[in-house]
Amino acid sequence: MPTGFDAEKVRADFPVLQQFVNGKPLVYLDNGATSQKPQAVIDEIVRYYTTENANVHRGVHTLSQQATDDYEGARAKLRRLLNAADDQEIIYTRGTTEGINLVAHSYGRPNIGPGDEIIISNMEHHSNIVPWQMLCEEKGAVLRVIPIDDTGELLMDEYEAMLNPRTKLVSITHVSNALGTIQPVEQIIEMAHAHGAPVLLDGAQAVPHLPVDVRQLDCDFYVFSGHKLFGPTGTGVLYGKAELLDAMPPMYGGGEMIKSVTFEKTIYNDLPYKFEAGTPNIAGAIGLGAAVDYVQSVGYQAFGPYEDELLEYGTKALSSIGGLRIIGTSPRKTGILSFVIDNIHPHDIGTILDAEGIAVRTGHHCAQPVMQRFQIPATARASLAMYNTKADIDALVRGIDRVIEVFS
Amino acid sequence: MPGLSDLYQEILLEHNSKPRNFRRVENPSRTAEGYNPLCGDQITVYLKMSGDIIDDVAFQGVGCAISRASASMMTQSIKGKKLSEANQIFDAFHLMVTDPISEPDYDTLGDLETLSGINEYPTRIKCAILAWHTLRSALNDQGKKVTTE
Repeated sequence: MPTGFDAEKVRADFPVLQQFVNGKPLVYLDNGATSQKPQAVIDEIVRYYTTENANVHRGVHTLSQQATDDYEGARAKLRRLLNAADDQEIIYTRGTTEGINLVAHSYGRPNIGPGDEIIISNMEHHSNIVPWQMLCEEKGAVLRVIPIDDTGELLMDEYEAMLNPRTKLVSITHVSNALGTIQPVEQIIEMAHAHGAPVLLDGAQAVPHLPVDVRQLDCDFYVFSGHKLFGPTGTGVLYGKAELLDAMPPMYGGGEMIKSVTFEKTIYNDLPYKFEAGTPNIAGAIGLGAAVDYVQSVGYQAFGPYEDELLEYGTKALSSIGGLRIIGTSPRKTGILSFVIDNIHPHDIGTILDAEGIAVRTGHHCAQPVMQRFQIPATARASLAMYNTKADIDALVRGIDRVIEVFS
Repeated sequence: MPGLSDLYQEILLEHNSKPRNFRRVENPSRTAEGYNPLCGDQITVYLKMSGDIIDDVAFQGVGCAISRASASMMTQSIKGKKLSEANQIFDAFHLMVTDPISEPDYDTLGDLETLSGINEYPTRIKCAILAWHTLRSALNDQGKKVTTE
């Protein structure tokens, strides 16, 4: 059913989309890698550097106060976005990867020991695999992996059987970057909590598409990247329950994260500053705040159903192409159309689509275990955002026809 | 950007669909494995040497049309050649795909010249060159063996 959402109006807010690439109008379908930035975000970063650039939290002068207000104002916007209880539960990071590493370091190292178990799934991004492998290696802990079925859904019975008193942490992607599957996160969290294990959700691919309420979910940690949410690169958020964050040692030492320093003893700062050593990415945080404003002005309730409609349209259109197979066919998906074509390598698909002005990602998507599970070397991946249209999908289909023509 | 037809020429597509010497070599003198971690392409190159002559060369692996065709054409071009000649072909090929300004050494390259369009596609040069670096590794290790003996 048409949702009446005006994607063209949204599209007009993104200057990068108004261009030709290789002589063709740009069709940007690589939003899973990074999203484009609306003029409002670009303007806000320019405004900050043009009128108020100063360091935060330490100056008595006017610009420092303004910069601090805007930097902390952006934190409040992020707290509201996730419906966290308190601003101090919002830790600025460089992105999802840093958020996961911070939890592995500051929660994992003190709490996980020999023989303990960490549960992840078969459809994690490498950033939600490698930090846990490193931790397990250091501590003699065991990494357990929830298998997935042929549609790209978790085998929840296997997950249930894995949970036991040695389970010390469950770290799962909210939405799979390679397959688009939306995980049953409420159930995952409830089951983990029944065994006393906290849960980290990797929301990198979820936040651009789905409203997230960390208190309703009752998740213990939630991480995402600003640049996939129409914000600047090098920004991100780690949400953690205050009582967990409070008990965790800092990851980096330096300025900002201390209350007092003598050579005998240093007293760490309060949350969230304990985890934000050094001068932060101030412009990035303020730009991310503008991105949150933008997303909320468009509204998840408005673009969510529209994106679902677009995904359904794209799924039908691609499925009708002979020799094409969609990888990730769960009915609970968002934003991602991963596919392979018989006898044509994804990189060749990517190059030929690029010549048509169509940007998709090709490769293993930093999720090699997913590729191994489906016994394929790589996929081509079209990933959607709120500014994509049916015309983009139609262009993709014509592009794929051209790929097949070149190889016939 | 040049037309796609400069890249995906008929001869390349033909080598992709029917790669030559796409097999193992029984009792190879040397093998080397190549891997492109960025895209997951993998290749194994097998060499059978008779003195400094490449008696047989073959490859196996997974990759895109460009890497497969490049490997296939590579095996054709070096089979029966001397080590020194194979190294010369490597140098000519490497220069052709990485340096768009230089004039390709057509005499040495032969059919390989059809891959010259790749230098307009910087993201794909690694695809074309993976098999060649793998060959080089096999050849060089053979060289080391010869010197240590």
